[in-house]
Amino acid sequence: MTIRVVASSDTSIVIEFGDHIDRQLSDQVLAAHFAVDEAGISGVVELVPTFRSLMIHYDPLVTSANVLMGDLKPLLASQQKSHRVARLWDIPACYDGAAAPDLESVAQATRMSTDEIIGLHMSETYHVYMIGFLPGYPYMGDVSEALQLPRRKEPRIRVPKGAIAIATSMTAVYPTESPGGWHLIGSTPVAMFNSAQPQPALLAPGDKVRFRRISIAEHETIEGDVRKGTYTPSVKELPS
Amino acid sequence: MTDGLTVIEPGLHTTVQDLGRYGYQQFGVPVSGALDVDSLRLANILTGNAADCAALEMLYQGAILEVTAERVCVAVGGMGAGLQILGDTPQSVDAWQTVTLERQARFRVVLGGDACVCYLAIAGGLALSPVLGSLSTYTRSGLGGYLGRPLRAGDALPLQRASAPSAEPYRLANAPDPGFSRPIRCTWGIQKDFFTERSHDAFVSEPFAIQAESDRMGFRLSGPVLEHVGAYDIVSDGIATGAIQVPGNGNPIVLMADRQTTGGYPKIANVISADLSTLGRRRPGHEIRFEIVDIETAEEIRRAHEKYLRALESGIETVAATKAIDLDVLYSTNLISGVISGD
Repeated sequence: MTIRVVASSDTSIVIEFGDHIDRQLSDQVLAAHFAVDEAGISGVVELVPTFRSLMIHYDPLVTSANVLMGDLKPLLASQQKSHRVARLWDIPACYDGAAAPDLESVAQATRMSTDEIIGLHMSETYHVYMIGFLPGYPYMGDVSEALQLPRRKEPRIRVPKGAIAIATSMTAVYPTESPGGWHLIGSTPVAMFNSAQPQPALLAPGDKVRFRRISIAEHETIEGDVRKGTYTPSVKELPS
Repeated sequence: MTDGLTVIEPGLHTTVQDLGRYGYQQFGVPVSGALDVDSLRLANILTGNAADCAALEMLYQGAILEVTAERVCVAVGGMGAGLQILGDTPQSVDAWQTVTLERQARFRVVLGGDACVCYLAIAGGLALSPVLGSLSTYTRSGLGGYLGRPLRAGDALPLQRASAPSAEPYRLANAPDPGFSRPIRCTWGIQKDFFTERSHDAFVSEPFAIQAESDRMGFRLSGPVLEHVGAYDIVSDGIATGAIQVPGNGNPIVLMADRQTTGGYPKIANVISADLSTLGRRRPGHEIRFEIVDIETAEEIRRAHEKYLRALESGIETVAATKAIDLDVLYSTNLISGVISGD
């Protein structure tokens, strides 16, 4: 698919790189996000990267779709890759007891043991494709093929904050309590969203994430530290 | 008790809203803000506030409030709305007009029969802390506004100003046109091709009705079923306010102020930005017809709409003013929106 630049309303333009979920597409989206952001184009209100496209929200009283498309052309022609520094996060995850209410049913559906599932979930370095659905909700992929399941038939009315979930090729963490249809296989005490921070979501598109197993006791300890504001998950910058 | 306004009865869904929370959609934070941005803005300008000042948005049913500050100056913005000062001899005040109320005054905000929303703007604004640059309430995540939730009886809203000067009332010489009889103009959506040609035709030729299950997030419509050519799932992409997405059942949903930032249903069309307020103020049951314009026309209409709003804003007069001022404003409004053509 060739890159499509199209006005999707009189306040938004979409740069579409493809129609499926793919790391290479995601890298293109993130590179475009970086380039358009850096260019500081007049009339651009904000940018929203998704799996396969970048939405550019604009103010039609300042610019127009036509002018904006002209501004974008040289950026899209010249851009190589994102110069944004990728970060690797180490997220503590408890896969035991009440923290993992769907672990058994996932084990049955995938014909694996719960230990195998936990092992597979921890074996990947996930790529944050985008943040959406809820403030701070990261769509991370890709989940091992053996672990890929459709969403639950019966969505839950209340998924607890911190729940680690899987569905299709994605894994996520619920940043706040919310309804949800994904399978809950663990829980993290780390806060994924904090509206008091200028960058309110812990994770950003393009970040990498690994899950590290912790016990129920450790979960409680870290949860207490998070409440006191004395805990920050370990993160390191990756060479680009 | 805090000096300000105390909620006696909260109404059905009363929240603090401004023009919205921009800049955080990439973190999944919805824009929120007023459903009827035009009315919020005009009510603010009347009270001497900046256009983007936060006000109280009331849905379906107005609140009863008591003044606990020395004196406040307020204005109701909303089609057919108004305010009733309670007491032994109740007194009614129309929308688009300021009124000064003394400590202990109780008043009820009354919505118009056709509109689902109105605003109470308070001179000086509310003394609340912005969250991510905005006072808008996003109730689903408990963000912003007053404790992130709709108002309840007993809530005490602190104000920026302990007292308002005692001034004569002002009003808009010309109230805004509700736009209820006009079609809602749209541009085609980027997934237009996901729908059958028959659906394209039905979209512009047949009426839709706003369903009761509508809320600040989305207006659900009933009417002709819009058929997808193939799949109705797409890989999520970005959403603009006014996007009309169609899930598998074929019934369109217009995504409004509290819409999510991304979504996975095809979008057949997008309401133009100039028509979001006239749609946002329509009640469930209201019939809607859609009309398609191209992007350039939509942008042009938006610029004309901005001139129209500015003309209304410049037509603020004292309630005692003479008719001559009315005429001046009427003239400038007409000239600017091109109704009267000249050299």
